[in-house]
Amino acid sequence: MSMTKVEAIIQPSKLESVKEALLEIGVEGMTILEVRGHGRQKGHTEIYRGREYTVDLLPKIKLELVLADEMVDRAVQTIVSVTRTGRIGDGKIFLSRIDDAIRIRNDERGVTAL
Amino acid sequence: MNRHLSGSTLMAFCLGLILLAGGSHLAAQTSPAATTDRIAQLESQVRNAQSSADNAWMLVSAALVLLMTGPGLALFYGGLVRKKNVLATMLQSFAMMALVTVIWGIVGYSLSFGSGNSFIGGLHNIFLHGVGVQPDTDYSATLPAQTFMVYQLMFAIITPALITGAFAERMKFSAMLLFMTLWSLIVYAPMAHMVWGKGGWLNAALGGRFPSLDFAGGTVVHITSGVSALVCAAYLGRRLGYPKEPMPPHSVVLSFVGACLLWVGWFGFNAGSALAASGLATSAFVNTHFAAAAAVIGWAGAEWLRNGKASALGAISGAVAGLVAITPAAGFVTPMSSLFIGLVAGGCCYFMVAKVKSWFGYDDSLDAFGVHGAGGTIGAVLTGIFATSSINPIYHNQRGEVLPSGVVDGNWVQLGNQFVAVLIAWVLAIVGTFVILKVVDLLIGLRVPADHEVQGLDLSQHGEEGYYWELSAS
Repeated sequence: MSMTKVEAIIQPSKLESVKEALLEIGVEGMTILEVRGHGRQKGHTEIYRGREYTVDLLPKIKLELVLADEMVDRAVQTIVSVTRTGRIGDGKIFLSRIDDAIRIRNDERGVTAL
Repeated sequence: MNRHLSGSTLMAFCLGLILLAGGSHLAAQTSPAATTDRIAQLESQVRNAQSSADNAWMLVSAALVLLMTGPGLALFYGGLVRKKNVLATMLQSFAMMALVTVIWGIVGYSLSFGSGNSFIGGLHNIFLHGVGVQPDTDYSATLPAQTFMVYQLMFAIITPALITGAFAERMKFSAMLLFMTLWSLIVYAPMAHMVWGKGGWLNAALGGRFPSLDFAGGTVVHITSGVSALVCAAYLGRRLGYPKEPMPPHSVVLSFVGACLLWVGWFGFNAGSALAASGLATSAFVNTHFAAAAAVIGWAGAEWLRNGKASALGAISGAVAGLVAITPAAGFVTPMSSLFIGLVAGGCCYFMVAKVKSWFGYDDSLDAFGVHGAGGTIGAVLTGIFATSSINPIYHNQRGEVLPSGVVDGNWVQLGNQFVAVLIAWVLAIVGTFVILKVVDLLIGLRVPADHEVQGLDLSQHGEEGYYWELSAS
């Protein structure tokens, strides 16, 4: 049985609801990173004492899940349904193959290690 | 019943005693010598009471003015720099609290307020010789001389601390200390003596040659520091990467708290400059507050018109600009004039920092010149216009009649005198600061090496960091 990594870059304000929704459909673990970046959304400008600064790297949350393949579709649908507002800046999801997984505690491998 | 009877007997006895005592008192009062004694005693008690009231207010005011430097100015400036320089910037203000205090005790007070010539005080009061708890009646009949000394010390502390905003994020700590030591003696002391010291050339209260009105330090504090700041910014050159790299304030929150503390401390600065718990102090207090409020509206309003948004940094910068501008005027003008002065200062200082600075390209990092130099100059000039004898009858003729104060009273000469004072303050600040910078530059160098500037002054100058949690220390 093979595994897939789901990387979702989302708005920080959506983190709590995404986390809850994923736990509900049975996702058991996740890693969360505070990141900065931009896609087509090109940031905003800030003005301090008349001086303009362009802030193009905006704070985002990156969610990393490694799932057994049969879980992936439901997880992706869940993330999309919770985070979509239809406006620029909603984020992106990337999927990639995972070759193996190892549980450090007891050497379990593959899906059982997830 | 019995007890009641004995009680009333006792009362009658007491009454008799009181009457007797009163009678003997009456007898004593008939003697003229005793009456004179009694009056002298009462007069001395009245004097003591007034002295106590004034002294209480002035000690509180002195503490309020110290509060303006630390934490007020330290937070205000600290928030405006990048986070790698937050401690170094705050320490530059705090260091003045230590350094200038020592200089003041040894020689600074004497050079500023001791008797001397028209330009600088003498050395009669070095090591605070002769500065005790007895009043120095030239300055105040009710305050212990040490109260006046320590109150003025707080001004001598904050003035150089204001300059640090101009060379923030790039000056060597050692060079800063040497520069400030010399600056206190060569620029601050003569200016304070000319405007406020006995025999000073510009002193309005003690009959100077060109009596200029500077209630709490528009020329002495804000023009000297602001103009010196400009010279420092120009001499040291821009920060690495300025203006290409973005250098936004790392915490407007810190600046916000600092500005609010400055506003409160300024009541000590301006109302305390009445040197008494008097109606004049109230007048200065009210004017100070009104000008700050109007300047918030002036600066933030100008921003709103230009950018479509009013900002927190704009509002607090406006407050400081208004407080600067009302400083020379606080004890001479009406509250409605203060509103006008504040509004003008808020708008003009915004224009200085948002437009003029980028036209000329100097890197006055935290706008010490744009706010203090410009605001101080505006305030000094407007004081000559709005000063009125109805608030503070400062000029009298030989018969003791009150003479007009400023242009609103019909005294146009005052405006000329204000310009003389402004000009002297500008020239002294430019020449003095330039010479001191040159000397310090030759002796030990002014700027930190480029790699230290990139690393940040907190680490390179002081070996510490303001926000350690970022290294994920567990």
